[in-house]
Amino acid sequence: MAAQSILQKLEILADAAKYDASCASSGTAKRNSMGGPNGRGGIGSTEGMGICHAYAPDGRCISLLKILLTNHCVFDCHYCVNRKSSNVARARFTPQEVVDLTLAFYRRNYIEGLFLSSGIVKSSNHTMEQLVEVARILREEHDFRGYIHLKTIPEADAEMVHQAGLYADRVSINVELPTDSGLTRLAPDKNAAQIEGAMGKVKADLVEAKDARKRFRHAPRFAPAGQSTQMIVGADAATDSDIVGKASRLYDSFGLRRVYYSAFSPIPDASAVLPLKRPPLIREHRLYQSDWLMRFYGYKPADVMQATEPDGNLPLDIDPKLAWALKFRGAFPVDVNRASKEQLLRVPGLGVKAVGKILASRRHRALRLDDVARLTLSITKVRPFICTVDWRPVLLTDRADLRSLLAPKTEQLELFAA
Amino acid sequence: MIAKQNMGLQHVKLSSYYVVHLPEADDFDFWRERARVLVQCEVPPDRIAWVEPGGSGDLFAHGDRNMPVTPADARPVRANRRFVSLARNAILHSDPERFALLYRLLWRLQANPRMMEDKADTDVRRVEDLAKNVRRDSHKMHAFVRFRLVESEDEGLGEHYVAWFEPEHHILRANAGFFMRRFSNMRWSILTPRGSLHWDGSSMSEGPPAQRSDAPGGDPMEDLWRSYYAAIFNPARLKVGAMLKEMPKKYWKNMPEAALIPELIAGAQNREAAMVAKGKSVFSGEFEKRPDTLEAIDKAIHACRKCPIGALDNHAVMGEGPRDAALMIVGEQPGDHEDQAGRPFVGPAGKLLDQHLDRAGIDRRSAYVTNAVKHFKYVPKIVRGGKRRLHQNPQAKEIDTCRWWIEAERAIVQPKLVLAMGASAARGLLGRTVSISKVRGVPIPLEDGSELWVTAHPSYLLRLDGPAREEQARLFDADLAAVKARLGEVAG
Ligand code: SF4
Repeated sequence: MAAQSILQKLEILADAAKYDASCASSGTAKRNSMGGPNGRGGIGSTEGMGICHAYAPDGRCISLLKILLTNHCVFDCHYCVNRKSSNVARARFTPQEVVDLTLAFYRRNYIEGLFLSSGIVKSSNHTMEQLVEVARILREEHDFRGYIHLKTIPEADAEMVHQAGLYADRVSINVELPTDSGLTRLAPDKNAAQIEGAMGKVKADLVEAKDARKRFRHAPRFAPAGQSTQMIVGADAATDSDIVGKASRLYDSFGLRRVYYSAFSPIPDASAVLPLKRPPLIREHRLYQSDWLMRFYGYKPADVMQATEPDGNLPLDIDPKLAWALKFRGAFPVDVNRASKEQLLRVPGLGVKAVGKILASRRHRALRLDDVARLTLSITKVRPFICTVDWRPVLLTDRADLRSLLAPKTEQLELFAA
Repeated sequence: MIAKQNMGLQHVKLSSYYVVHLPEADDFDFWRERARVLVQCEVPPDRIAWVEPGGSGDLFAHGDRNMPVTPADARPVRANRRFVSLARNAILHSDPERFALLYRLLWRLQANPRMMEDKADTDVRRVEDLAKNVRRDSHKMHAFVRFRLVESEDEGLGEHYVAWFEPEHHILRANAGFFMRRFSNMRWSILTPRGSLHWDGSSMSEGPPAQRSDAPGGDPMEDLWRSYYAAIFNPARLKVGAMLKEMPKKYWKNMPEAALIPELIAGAQNREAAMVAKGKSVFSGEFEKRPDTLEAIDKAIHACRKCPIGALDNHAVMGEGPRDAALMIVGEQPGDHEDQAGRPFVGPAGKLLDQHLDRAGIDRRSAYVTNAVKHFKYVPKIVRGGKRRLHQNPQAKEIDTCRWWIEAERAIVQPKLVLAMGASAARGLLGRTVSISKVRGVPIPLEDGSELWVTAHPSYLLRLDGPAREEQARLFDADLAAVKARLGEVAG
């Protein structure tokens, strides 16, 4: 075959990265390109918030150049399009090519930085070395101060993963599947203990680097945006309860910044072992909503699990917050003029911002339903769960048909029917 | 309030109207300075016309262009931090009413210093909306500016990156810092209809409004960027509404990648269908419908064409043995003999297997004997005038496909031990290729609690001679003996 052009490689290696859910570029140390060791200034900045430089027609933000170094792989994970036995077109970038692409895109303001992962070639260590090399060239030879996310190979030596963290803003290690049995079955070359071991090591490195910085201002930074992980949803039989439980254990044990869920999507040349029915995207969305509830609304994993249906899955027609409220109707109505912040945060339809506004405004006046309507997106959704000076939802929370009254039309949910 | 105002009005002619001309549309400090004086002189909001450059000043044609004089005993003007930070942003909005609105708020703040907290107040909400729109426009500018490279003719100046952008509000100057901090070692310019910014690597200068034609028309990198944009999008997840919300159409015309959007959307359904179809050579959608009796499996495998082997001229061969067997023996695939007989392990390899089982004391009739691949894979060949079918090894993908059936059989028979003979058989159970020499003799736990033992395939022995064969036969016997012993333990 004739040598592939950069364009052809980019098409193959970006296409192979499109199943990855994460594109976040926020939460890292603030840096800018002014001044610096060589006095000339470098290239790139991070200002806390990541910037979405474009949106794809799938509604997802494009903030990083998200590519694979190569989609050749010696592993044979069944859910993965790059697995050894798959018949897809293969390509391979050199580290320098990735560096050049990243800089060319960055200078034109297309991206915030690079999100690099890779299939495993030759050996885990060899692959990890290549990934680290890309980051090293960017940081050391080009004084690149934009965002770098490296997906590390858990089977690689801890020392190399450590190197990755010294150059990258964030490192991630995929847990791949919510249950160990799913992993054994679908990723026979991977090993749950090894994956969690690698996460644990990264956590230890993070803690150590943080401590060191408290004592020595010039101690090297280690992955200032922390570590994240991704699991595939719908490729095995795990329920939403299993998934939420796993995610919260991961948050607790490894101090993860984010757990990403990637709805298993049809991949070309799929393996026969897969379930093969695309899980509705809305399921992934419900999981993100529940993740959100736990991170910003004070819900415990147990609360989310209580919101699931008897089969262990969150309802698809309504969001998990509403599902919880409908199960615990006794907790409502909540008096917006008196209730605590925690109580207000449990009201379906009231977001963190709306609750903040209610708390601020009620110091000035006793809120009426109209006032609340002005502070929220949709009062219809909120009304059955609150009282104000001029409103009390009498028996609404006892109505058996409340769910159907509040559930949005299903057609709006499945945006693209399976 | 009334009394206080009357008192204040002594500094202001009762019929006075004031016209304040702002030097720049985004000049917050100037507005703040004038607003402070006007509040101190207690000029009510409806007596002031604020005019930005290019704005119409005839509202109060006879208004006084001179500012009133601050009385010596004027009280300091009160404005909390929240107000100042909001106003700083809101003043960049292109709404001509913004100055008046901010003044009214400042005016009301004097009587009620905590008014900013009252989010239900119409004026407060309006200002917050303005500020929010400005922040959003700024954010979109950070995101959607697209630089294009022009090689400068001037010797030594080198690369120059130029962008054309059309902000909705007066945000250009406010955003200069962001681009400077990000691209400090580059030479760049941002041209807009409201003015332009130029950074030469060490200092910033401002220029007059520009036109689109002043900016370069393209950049060779854009082809790469567009391919990236098209490739990173997963057509199985089309969500056009979500995209439009974050990237409204008004920005599209200056973003090279946006030109692709209509065709990406139009092609998504086909691309997804193609992805599904490519993955469909397998059991798409049939996960829940796996047959749950051996009879049904038998029937189904005869009709199975999920991998290319099934399309050859052959018959499927079903496993056989007691449905509650404690031991399941799994071979690779049927051979010529098996295919014709419709039963597993009846050819030469089967005979050899029987001898070794006998020697190990395992009764073949008590075991469930089957294959990892259900159809015979071969290439037709003319040999010595007759037609023959030459055995071929199944590919990993074919074994994985057929794994569906062996798992269905396992689910029904529920053996305590599974003996896989050969690497293909092991793959059919494990989903990965193992090396026999490494795993033989050691049980591998399976998900359902059973144990997998792996040994060589008897046909391997058939291909060897002399000492090598003896050695392999010995190992094979040792493996069978270990299975026999273990069977005694687990079967009670
Ligand atoms: S070999 Fe297996 S998967 Fe292939 S057609 Fe036959 S039964 Fe189906």
